[in-house]
Amino acid sequence: MSALEPTSPGAWPGVAWALRRDLKLALRSKAELGVQLLFYLIVVTLFPLGVGVEPTMLRALGPGVLWVAALLASLLALPRLFASDFSDGSLEQIALSPYPLPALISGQILAHWLTTGAPLAVLSPLLGLQFGLEGHEAGALVAGLLLGTPTLSLLGAVGAALTLGLARGGALLALLILPLYVPILIFGAAAVGATHAGMAAAGEFSVLAAALLASVVGAPIACATAVRIALD
Amino acid sequence: MTSINWFRYASPVSFFPVTRRLARGFGVAAAVFAAVGLWLGLIVAPTDAQQGEAYRIIFIHVPAAWMSMFIYAVMAGWAAVSLALNARLSAMMAQALAPTGALFTAIALVTGSLWGRPAWGTYWAWDARMTSELILLFLYLGYMALRQAIDDPRRADRASAVLALVGVVNLPIIYFSVVWWNTLHQGASVSLTAAPTMAAIMLAAMLVMAFAAWFYTIAVVLTRVRAIILEREKRAAWVSEFAEAAR
Repeated sequence: MSALEPTSPGAWPGVAWALRRDLKLALRSKAELGVQLLFYLIVVTLFPLGVGVEPTMLRALGPGVLWVAALLASLLALPRLFASDFSDGSLEQIALSPYPLPALISGQILAHWLTTGAPLAVLSPLLGLQFGLEGHEAGALVAGLLLGTPTLSLLGAVGAALTLGLARGGALLALLILPLYVPILIFGAAAVGATHAGMAAAGEFSVLAAALLASVVGAPIACATAVRIALD
Repeated sequence: MTSINWFRYASPVSFFPVTRRLARGFGVAAAVFAAVGLWLGLIVAPTDAQQGEAYRIIFIHVPAAWMSMFIYAVMAGWAAVSLALNARLSAMMAQALAPTGALFTAIALVTGSLWGRPAWGTYWAWDARMTSELILLFLYLGYMALRQAIDDPRRADRASAVLALVGVVNLPIIYFSVVWWNTLHQGASVSLTAAPTMAAIMLAAMLVMAFAAWFYTIAVVLTRVRAIILEREKRAAWVSEFAEAAR
Protein backbone atom coordinates (compact mmCIF):
# COMPACT_ATOMS: atom_id res chain seq x y z
CA MET A 1 0.00 0.00 0.00
CA SER A 2 2.65 2.49 1.01
CA ALA A 3 4.53 1.88 -2.20
CA LEU A 4 1.53 3.24 -4.06
CA GLU A 5 1.39 6.32 -1.87
CA PRO A 6 4.86 7.85 -1.98
CA THR A 7 3.63 11.29 -0.92
CA SER A 8 0.95 10.38 1.61
CA PRO A 9 -0.21 13.56 3.33
CA GLY A 10 -0.37 13.49 7.11
CA ALA A 11 -3.22 12.34 9.29
CA TRP A 12 -4.09 15.73 10.77
CA PRO A 13 -4.78 17.51 7.46
CA GLY A 14 -7.07 14.55 6.68
CA VAL A 15 -8.98 14.97 9.92
CA ALA A 16 -9.28 18.73 9.32
CA TRP A 17 -10.44 18.29 5.73
CA ALA A 18 -13.12 15.73 6.56
CA LEU A 19 -14.25 17.77 9.57
CA ARG A 20 -14.64 20.92 7.49
CA ARG A 21 -16.45 19.10 4.69
CA ASP A 22 -18.92 17.26 6.93
CA LEU A 23 -19.63 20.31 9.07
CA LYS A 24 -20.41 22.32 5.95
CA LEU A 25 -22.71 19.57 4.67
CA ALA A 26 -24.46 19.24 8.03
CA LEU A 27 -24.98 22.97 8.44
CA ARG A 28 -26.61 23.13 5.01
CA SER A 29 -29.39 20.79 6.13
CA LYS A 30 -30.26 22.30 9.48
CA ALA A 31 -33.72 20.73 9.52
CA GLU A 32 -32.16 17.28 9.88
CA LEU A 33 -30.18 18.40 12.93
CA GLY A 34 -33.34 19.77 14.52
CA VAL A 35 -35.19 16.50 14.04
CA GLN A 36 -32.72 14.59 16.20
CA LEU A 37 -32.94 17.16 19.01
CA LEU A 38 -36.73 17.15 18.81
CA PHE A 39 -36.68 13.36 19.05
CA TYR A 40 -34.62 13.63 22.24
CA LEU A 41 -37.02 16.21 23.63
CA ILE A 42 -40.10 14.12 22.83
CA VAL A 43 -38.76 10.83 24.21
CA VAL A 44 -37.83 12.55 27.47
CA THR A 45 -41.26 14.18 27.62
CA LEU A 46 -43.00 10.83 27.21
CA PHE A 47 -41.58 9.40 30.45
CA PRO A 48 -43.45 11.61 32.95
CA LEU A 49 -46.61 10.92 30.90
CA GLY A 50 -45.99 7.20 31.33
CA VAL A 51 -44.81 6.95 34.92
CA GLY A 52 -46.55 9.91 36.57
CA VAL A 53 -45.33 13.22 37.93
CA GLU A 54 -44.37 12.33 41.50
CA PRO A 55 -41.38 14.70 42.04
CA THR A 56 -39.19 12.30 44.07
CA MET A 57 -39.70 9.52 41.56
CA LEU A 58 -38.98 11.82 38.64
CA ARG A 59 -35.78 12.98 40.30
CA ALA A 60 -34.74 9.35 40.81
CA LEU A 61 -35.61 8.40 37.22
CA GLY A 62 -34.22 11.57 35.62
CA PRO A 63 -30.56 10.63 35.04
CA GLY A 64 -31.44 7.23 33.58
CA VAL A 65 -34.22 8.59 31.38
CA LEU A 66 -32.08 11.43 30.03
CA TRP A 67 -29.21 9.05 29.29
CA VAL A 68 -31.38 6.39 27.64
CA ALA A 69 -33.01 9.08 25.50
CA ALA A 70 -29.55 10.40 24.57
CA LEU A 71 -28.54 6.86 23.54
CA LEU A 72 -31.62 6.51 21.35
CA ALA A 73 -31.16 9.96 19.81
CA SER A 74 -27.53 9.14 19.05
CA LEU A 75 -28.64 5.87 17.45
CA LEU A 76 -31.23 7.68 15.36
CA ALA A 77 -28.60 9.99 13.88
CA LEU A 78 -26.03 7.27 13.08
CA PRO A 79 -27.24 6.04 9.67
CA ARG A 80 -26.74 9.57 8.33
CA LEU A 81 -23.03 9.39 9.07
CA PHE A 82 -22.04 7.40 5.98
CA ALA A 83 -25.27 6.56 4.14
CA SER A 84 -25.48 9.51 1.75
CA ASP A 85 -21.73 9.39 1.00
CA PHE A 86 -22.12 5.68 0.32
CA SER A 87 -25.10 6.00 -1.99
CA ASP A 88 -23.67 8.83 -4.14
CA GLY A 89 -20.19 7.30 -4.35
CA SER A 90 -18.30 9.97 -2.37
CA LEU A 91 -17.34 7.38 0.24
CA GLU A 92 -15.48 5.46 -2.45
CA GLN A 93 -13.61 8.62 -3.44
CA ILE A 94 -12.82 9.28 0.23
CA ALA A 95 -11.44 5.76 0.60
CA LEU A 96 -9.31 6.24 -2.54
CA SER A 97 -7.86 9.56 -1.42
CA PRO A 98 -4.20 9.66 -0.34
CA TYR A 99 -5.11 10.68 3.21
CA PRO A 100 -5.17 7.79 5.69
CA LEU A 101 -8.77 6.53 5.81
CA PRO A 102 -8.95 6.33 9.65
CA ALA A 103 -8.00 10.03 9.78
CA LEU A 104 -10.72 11.04 7.32
CA ILE A 105 -13.24 8.94 9.21
CA SER A 106 -12.16 10.49 12.52
CA GLY A 107 -12.91 13.90 11.02
CA GLN A 108 -16.31 12.71 9.85
CA ILE A 109 -17.13 11.26 13.26
CA LEU A 110 -16.00 14.46 14.98
CA ALA A 111 -18.22 16.53 12.69
CA HIS A 112 -21.09 14.12 13.36
CA TRP A 113 -20.62 14.47 17.11
CA LEU A 114 -20.38 18.27 16.92
CA THR A 115 -23.71 18.39 15.10
CA THR A 116 -25.55 15.68 17.10
CA GLY A 117 -23.98 14.77 20.45
CA ALA A 118 -22.78 18.21 21.49
CA PRO A 119 -26.11 20.06 20.93
CA LEU A 120 -27.85 17.26 22.78
CA ALA A 121 -25.54 17.68 25.77
CA VAL A 122 -26.08 21.43 25.75
CA LEU A 123 -29.86 20.99 25.61
CA SER A 124 -29.97 18.43 28.41
CA PRO A 125 -29.92 20.72 31.51
CA LEU A 126 -33.16 22.22 30.25
CA LEU A 127 -34.72 18.76 30.19
CA GLY A 128 -33.09 18.03 33.55
CA LEU A 129 -35.15 20.87 34.98
CA GLN A 130 -38.32 19.00 34.02
CA PHE A 131 -37.11 16.11 36.15
CA GLY A 132 -36.24 18.36 39.07
CA LEU A 133 -32.46 18.01 38.77
CA GLU A 134 -30.52 20.54 40.84
CA GLY A 135 -27.85 22.79 39.36
CA HIS A 136 -24.86 20.61 40.24
CA GLU A 137 -26.67 17.46 39.06
CA ALA A 138 -27.41 19.15 35.73
CA GLY A 139 -23.72 20.04 35.61
CA ALA A 140 -22.77 16.38 36.09
CA LEU A 141 -25.29 15.42 33.40
CA VAL A 142 -23.78 17.84 30.85
CA ALA A 143 -20.22 16.87 31.72
CA GLY A 144 -21.10 13.17 31.46
CA LEU A 145 -22.85 13.66 28.14
CA LEU A 146 -19.96 15.71 26.78
CA LEU A 147 -17.56 12.90 27.75
CA GLY A 148 -19.87 10.02 26.84
CA THR A 149 -21.61 11.00 23.59
CA PRO A 150 -18.34 11.15 21.56
CA THR A 151 -17.77 7.51 22.58
CA LEU A 152 -21.31 6.72 21.44
CA SER A 153 -20.58 8.36 18.07
CA LEU A 154 -17.28 6.49 17.72
CA LEU A 155 -18.71 3.05 18.59
CA GLY A 156 -21.84 3.75 16.58
CA ALA A 157 -19.78 4.70 13.53
CA VAL A 158 -18.37 1.16 13.45
CA GLY A 159 -21.91 -0.23 13.44
CA ALA A 160 -23.02 2.30 10.82
CA ALA A 161 -20.13 1.26 8.56
CA LEU A 162 -20.83 -2.45 9.05
CA THR A 163 -24.49 -2.06 8.07
CA LEU A 164 -23.86 0.21 5.06
CA GLY A 165 -26.22 -0.54 2.19
CA LEU A 166 -28.07 -3.34 4.00
CA ALA A 167 -31.83 -3.69 3.92
CA ARG A 168 -33.37 -2.95 7.32
CA GLY A 169 -30.02 -1.49 8.37
CA GLY A 170 -31.57 0.73 11.03
CA ALA A 171 -33.05 -1.99 13.24
CA LEU A 172 -29.95 -4.12 12.74
CA LEU A 173 -27.77 -1.19 13.77
CA ALA A 174 -29.70 -0.91 17.05
CA LEU A 175 -29.16 -4.61 17.76
CA LEU A 176 -25.43 -4.35 17.03
CA ILE A 177 -24.68 -1.15 18.86
CA LEU A 178 -26.97 -0.82 21.89
CA PRO A 179 -25.29 -3.68 23.85
CA LEU A 180 -21.96 -1.91 23.36
CA TYR A 181 -23.44 1.30 24.77
CA VAL A 182 -24.15 -0.35 28.13
CA PRO A 183 -20.98 0.78 29.98
CA ILE A 184 -21.44 4.41 28.86
CA LEU A 185 -25.06 4.38 30.04
CA ILE A 186 -24.11 2.88 33.40
CA PHE A 187 -21.32 5.30 34.19
CA GLY A 188 -23.02 8.33 32.68
CA ALA A 189 -26.18 7.86 34.71
CA ALA A 190 -24.17 6.88 37.80
CA ALA A 191 -22.22 10.15 37.64
CA VAL A 192 -25.47 12.11 38.00
CA GLY A 193 -26.68 9.70 40.70
CA ALA A 194 -23.46 10.11 42.69
CA THR A 195 -23.72 13.89 42.49
CA HIS A 196 -27.33 13.63 43.65
CA ALA A 197 -26.19 11.57 46.65
CA GLY A 198 -23.64 14.26 47.48
CA MET A 199 -20.60 12.22 46.46
CA ALA A 200 -17.81 13.16 44.08
CA ALA A 201 -18.32 11.66 40.63
CA ALA A 202 -14.62 11.77 39.70
CA GLY A 203 -14.44 7.97 39.34
CA GLU A 204 -17.34 7.83 36.89
CA PHE A 205 -15.93 10.71 34.85
CA SER A 206 -12.53 8.99 34.76
CA VAL A 207 -14.09 5.80 33.39
CA LEU A 208 -16.04 7.77 30.77
CA ALA A 209 -12.85 9.59 29.78
CA ALA A 210 -10.94 6.30 29.59
CA ALA A 211 -13.63 4.80 27.36
CA LEU A 212 -13.45 7.91 25.17
CA LEU A 213 -9.66 7.69 24.81
CA ALA A 214 -9.77 3.97 24.04
CA SER A 215 -12.45 4.43 21.39
CA VAL A 216 -10.66 7.45 19.87
CA VAL A 217 -7.73 5.11 19.24
CA GLY A 218 -9.57 1.94 18.27
CA ALA A 219 -12.86 2.92 16.65
CA PRO A 220 -11.53 4.84 13.58
CA ILE A 221 -9.37 1.85 12.64
CA ALA A 222 -12.24 -0.65 13.05
CA CYS A 223 -14.49 1.80 11.19
CA ALA A 224 -12.03 2.19 8.29
CA THR A 225 -11.82 -1.62 8.01
CA ALA A 226 -15.61 -1.83 7.99
CA VAL A 227 -15.90 0.89 5.33
CA ARG A 228 -13.41 -0.92 3.09
CA ILE A 229 -15.38 -4.15 3.55
CA ALA A 230 -18.60 -2.37 2.57
CA LEU A 231 -16.98 -0.84 -0.53
CA ASP A 232 -15.48 -4.10 -1.79
CA MET B 1 13.33 -34.27 8.42
CA THR B 2 9.94 -33.26 7.24
CA SER B 3 8.35 -30.04 8.31
CA ILE B 4 4.75 -29.93 9.40
CA ASN B 5 2.43 -28.13 7.04
CA TRP B 6 0.36 -26.10 9.49
CA PHE B 7 -1.99 -24.90 6.80
CA ARG B 8 -2.85 -28.30 5.36
CA TYR B 9 -6.26 -28.32 7.03
CA ALA B 10 -6.93 -24.65 6.38
CA SER B 11 -8.45 -25.58 3.04
CA PRO B 12 -12.04 -26.86 3.07
CA VAL B 13 -11.13 -29.66 0.61
CA SER B 14 -8.66 -31.33 2.96
CA PHE B 15 -10.53 -30.40 6.13
CA PHE B 16 -13.91 -31.75 5.08
CA PRO B 17 -13.09 -35.51 5.02
CA VAL B 18 -11.56 -35.36 8.52
CA THR B 19 -14.58 -33.72 10.08
CA ARG B 20 -16.96 -36.64 9.72
CA ARG B 21 -15.11 -39.01 12.04
CA LEU B 22 -14.11 -36.20 14.41
CA ALA B 23 -17.70 -35.04 14.73
CA ARG B 24 -18.91 -38.58 15.34
CA GLY B 25 -16.18 -39.28 17.92
CA PHE B 26 -16.85 -36.11 19.87
CA GLY B 27 -20.58 -36.72 19.65
CA VAL B 28 -20.22 -40.17 21.25
CA ALA B 29 -17.88 -38.74 23.90
CA ALA B 30 -20.40 -35.99 24.66
CA ALA B 31 -23.20 -38.54 25.11
CA VAL B 32 -21.07 -40.74 27.42
CA PHE B 33 -19.88 -37.80 29.52
CA ALA B 34 -23.39 -36.34 29.75
CA ALA B 35 -24.76 -39.72 30.89
CA VAL B 36 -22.04 -40.13 33.54
CA GLY B 37 -22.34 -36.49 34.62
CA LEU B 38 -26.12 -36.64 34.96
CA TRP B 39 -25.87 -39.93 36.88
CA LEU B 40 -23.33 -38.38 39.26
CA GLY B 41 -25.26 -35.14 39.55
CA LEU B 42 -28.83 -36.39 39.81
CA ILE B 43 -28.37 -39.71 41.64
CA VAL B 44 -24.99 -39.98 43.38
CA ALA B 45 -24.61 -36.40 44.64
CA PRO B 46 -26.32 -35.81 48.01
CA THR B 47 -29.16 -33.38 48.60
CA ASP B 48 -27.95 -29.92 49.53
CA ALA B 49 -28.49 -28.94 53.16
CA GLN B 50 -29.73 -25.42 52.35
CA GLN B 51 -31.23 -25.66 48.89
CA GLY B 52 -32.63 -29.18 48.79
CA GLU B 53 -32.91 -30.71 45.34
CA ALA B 54 -33.18 -27.41 43.48
CA TYR B 55 -29.42 -26.90 43.45
CA ARG B 56 -29.04 -29.81 40.98
CA ILE B 57 -29.75 -27.43 38.10
CA ILE B 58 -26.17 -26.27 38.67
CA PHE B 59 -24.96 -29.27 36.66
CA ILE B 60 -26.55 -27.78 33.56
CA HIS B 61 -26.35 -24.12 34.47
CA VAL B 62 -22.65 -23.74 35.24
CA PRO B 63 -21.28 -25.65 32.22
CA ALA B 64 -23.67 -23.71 29.96
CA ALA B 65 -22.52 -20.38 31.44
CA TRP B 66 -18.87 -21.36 31.01
CA MET B 67 -19.41 -22.40 27.41
CA SER B 68 -21.37 -19.24 26.59
CA MET B 69 -18.36 -17.06 27.36
CA PHE B 70 -15.70 -19.47 26.11
CA ILE B 71 -17.39 -19.90 22.73
CA TYR B 72 -17.52 -16.13 22.21
CA ALA B 73 -13.77 -15.93 22.79
CA VAL B 74 -13.10 -18.84 20.41
CA MET B 75 -15.43 -17.28 17.83
CA ALA B 76 -13.58 -13.97 18.06
CA GLY B 77 -10.30 -15.85 17.75
CA TRP B 78 -11.40 -17.50 14.49
CA ALA B 79 -12.75 -14.14 13.33
CA ALA B 80 -9.35 -12.55 13.94
CA VAL B 81 -7.59 -15.35 12.03
CA SER B 82 -10.05 -15.00 9.15
CA LEU B 83 -9.44 -11.24 8.93
CA ALA B 84 -5.67 -11.44 9.32
CA LEU B 85 -4.98 -14.37 6.99
CA ASN B 86 -8.08 -13.99 4.81
CA ALA B 87 -8.79 -17.68 5.47
CA ARG B 88 -12.35 -18.60 4.58
CA LEU B 89 -12.44 -21.80 6.65
CA SER B 90 -11.70 -19.75 9.78
CA ALA B 91 -14.65 -17.52 8.96
CA MET B 92 -16.80 -20.62 8.50
CA MET B 93 -15.71 -21.84 11.95
CA ALA B 94 -16.70 -18.52 13.50
CA GLN B 95 -20.03 -18.70 11.69
CA ALA B 96 -20.61 -22.27 12.91
CA LEU B 97 -19.81 -21.41 16.54
CA ALA B 98 -22.28 -18.54 16.93
CA PRO B 99 -25.58 -20.50 17.15
CA THR B 100 -24.14 -22.92 19.72
CA GLY B 101 -22.80 -20.02 21.76
CA ALA B 102 -26.19 -18.32 21.66
CA LEU B 103 -27.86 -21.61 22.63
CA PHE B 104 -25.64 -22.05 25.71
CA THR B 105 -26.21 -18.41 26.68
CA ALA B 106 -29.96 -18.93 26.46
CA ILE B 107 -29.70 -22.18 28.47
CA ALA B 108 -27.63 -20.42 31.13
CA LEU B 109 -30.24 -17.64 31.35
CA VAL B 110 -33.24 -19.97 31.50
CA THR B 111 -31.71 -22.37 34.02
CA GLY B 112 -30.44 -19.45 36.08
CA SER B 113 -33.91 -17.98 36.15
CA LEU B 114 -35.49 -21.34 37.08
CA TRP B 115 -32.90 -21.75 39.82
CA GLY B 116 -33.46 -18.20 41.01
CA ARG B 117 -37.10 -18.92 41.80
CA PRO B 118 -36.45 -21.42 44.65
CA ALA B 119 -33.09 -19.94 45.69
CA TRP B 120 -33.85 -16.21 45.67
CA GLY B 121 -37.64 -16.25 45.42
CA THR B 122 -37.69 -14.55 42.04
CA TYR B 123 -37.24 -15.59 38.42
CA TRP B 124 -35.20 -12.57 37.52
CA ALA B 125 -32.91 -10.52 39.70
CA TRP B 126 -30.75 -7.81 38.16
CA ASP B 127 -27.76 -9.77 39.29
CA ALA B 128 -24.50 -8.78 37.62
CA ARG B 129 -23.93 -12.20 36.09
CA MET B 130 -27.47 -12.56 34.78
CA THR B 131 -27.40 -9.07 33.33
CA SER B 132 -24.06 -9.52 31.60
CA GLU B 133 -25.17 -12.93 30.32
CA LEU B 134 -28.25 -11.25 28.81
CA ILE B 135 -26.04 -8.68 27.09
CA LEU B 136 -23.84 -11.52 25.83
CA LEU B 137 -26.94 -13.07 24.28
CA PHE B 138 -27.63 -9.75 22.52
CA LEU B 139 -24.06 -9.74 21.19
CA TYR B 140 -24.49 -13.25 19.77
CA LEU B 141 -27.85 -12.35 18.22
CA GLY B 142 -26.38 -9.17 16.73
CA TYR B 143 -23.52 -11.16 15.21
CA MET B 144 -25.92 -13.69 13.68
CA ALA B 145 -28.31 -10.98 12.48
CA LEU B 146 -25.48 -9.11 10.75
CA ARG B 147 -24.37 -12.30 8.98
CA GLN B 148 -27.94 -12.97 7.89
CA ALA B 149 -28.42 -9.45 6.56
CA ILE B 150 -25.43 -9.59 4.19
CA ASP B 151 -25.98 -11.60 1.02
CA ASP B 152 -22.39 -11.84 -0.16
CA PRO B 153 -20.74 -14.50 2.07
CA ARG B 154 -17.28 -12.96 1.81
CA ARG B 155 -18.52 -9.58 2.94
CA ALA B 156 -20.55 -11.29 5.68
CA ASP B 157 -17.38 -13.09 6.84
CA ARG B 158 -15.36 -9.94 7.15
CA ALA B 159 -18.06 -7.64 8.52
CA SER B 160 -19.11 -10.13 11.20
CA ALA B 161 -15.44 -10.70 12.05
CA VAL B 162 -15.01 -6.97 12.74
CA LEU B 163 -18.15 -7.06 14.89
CA ALA B 164 -16.95 -10.12 16.84
CA LEU B 165 -13.63 -8.41 17.54
CA VAL B 166 -15.28 -5.16 18.65
CA GLY B 167 -17.55 -7.30 20.86
CA VAL B 168 -14.74 -9.28 22.45
CA VAL B 169 -12.84 -6.10 23.32
CA ASN B 170 -15.99 -4.66 24.87
CA LEU B 171 -17.07 -7.79 26.72
CA PRO B 172 -14.76 -7.35 29.75
CA ILE B 173 -15.69 -3.65 29.93
CA ILE B 174 -19.39 -4.51 29.83
CA TYR B 175 -18.91 -7.18 32.50
CA PHE B 176 -16.92 -4.83 34.72
CA SER B 177 -19.45 -2.03 34.35
CA VAL B 178 -22.38 -4.32 35.11
CA VAL B 179 -20.67 -5.70 38.24
CA TRP B 180 -19.93 -2.14 39.35
CA TRP B 181 -23.48 -1.01 38.60
CA ASN B 182 -24.87 -3.98 40.49
CA THR B 183 -22.84 -3.40 43.64
CA LEU B 184 -23.90 0.24 43.52
CA HIS B 185 -27.60 -0.46 43.21
CA GLN B 186 -28.19 -3.38 45.50
CA GLY B 187 -26.35 -4.75 48.47
CA ALA B 188 -24.96 -8.24 48.70
CA SER B 189 -28.42 -9.59 49.51
CA VAL B 190 -28.33 -11.80 46.44
CA SER B 191 -25.27 -13.94 46.01
CA LEU B 192 -24.60 -16.75 43.63
CA THR B 193 -21.93 -18.30 45.80
CA ALA B 194 -24.53 -20.24 47.73
CA ALA B 195 -22.47 -23.23 48.76
CA PRO B 196 -19.27 -22.09 50.48
CA THR B 197 -17.74 -25.53 50.39
CA MET B 198 -18.85 -27.65 47.51
CA ALA B 199 -18.75 -31.39 48.07
CA ALA B 200 -16.16 -33.18 45.94
CA ILE B 201 -18.79 -35.32 44.24
CA MET B 202 -20.73 -32.22 43.18
CA LEU B 203 -17.60 -30.66 41.74
CA ALA B 204 -16.78 -33.88 39.91
CA ALA B 205 -20.28 -34.05 38.41
CA MET B 206 -20.01 -30.45 37.30
CA LEU B 207 -16.64 -30.97 35.65
CA VAL B 208 -17.85 -34.08 33.83
CA MET B 209 -20.84 -32.10 32.58
CA ALA B 210 -18.51 -29.30 31.50
CA PHE B 211 -16.54 -31.82 29.41
CA ALA B 212 -19.79 -33.10 27.96
CA ALA B 213 -20.66 -29.53 26.95
CA TRP B 214 -17.23 -29.11 25.34
CA PHE B 215 -17.49 -32.31 23.34
CA TYR B 216 -21.05 -31.50 22.32
CA THR B 217 -19.91 -28.09 21.10
CA ILE B 218 -17.06 -29.58 19.07
CA ALA B 219 -19.30 -32.24 17.54
CA VAL B 220 -22.09 -29.82 16.66
CA VAL B 221 -19.78 -27.12 15.33
CA LEU B 222 -17.94 -29.60 13.11
CA THR B 223 -21.24 -30.90 11.78
CA ARG B 224 -22.44 -27.37 11.15
CA VAL B 225 -19.19 -26.39 9.47
CA ARG B 226 -19.58 -29.42 7.16
CA ALA B 227 -22.95 -28.10 6.07
CA ILE B 228 -21.54 -24.59 5.61
CA ILE B 229 -18.64 -25.93 3.53
CA LEU B 230 -20.97 -27.92 1.29
CA GLU B 231 -23.27 -24.95 0.86
CA ARG B 232 -20.59 -22.39 0.13
CA GLU B 233 -18.31 -24.58 -1.97
CA LYS B 234 -21.18 -26.06 -3.95
CA ARG B 235 -19.63 -24.95 -7.24
CA ALA B 236 -16.38 -26.83 -6.52
CA ALA B 237 -15.83 -30.10 -8.35
CA TRP B 238 -15.09 -32.11 -5.22
CA VAL B 239 -18.45 -31.17 -3.70
CA SER B 240 -20.38 -32.53 -6.67
CA GLU B 241 -18.25 -35.69 -6.52
CA PHE B 242 -19.08 -35.99 -2.82
CA ALA B 243 -22.75 -35.45 -3.52
CA GLU B 244 -22.66 -38.08 -6.28
CA ALA B 245 -20.94 -40.60 -3.98
CA ALA B 246 -23.42 -39.94 -1.18
CA ARG B 247 -26.40 -40.48 -3.44
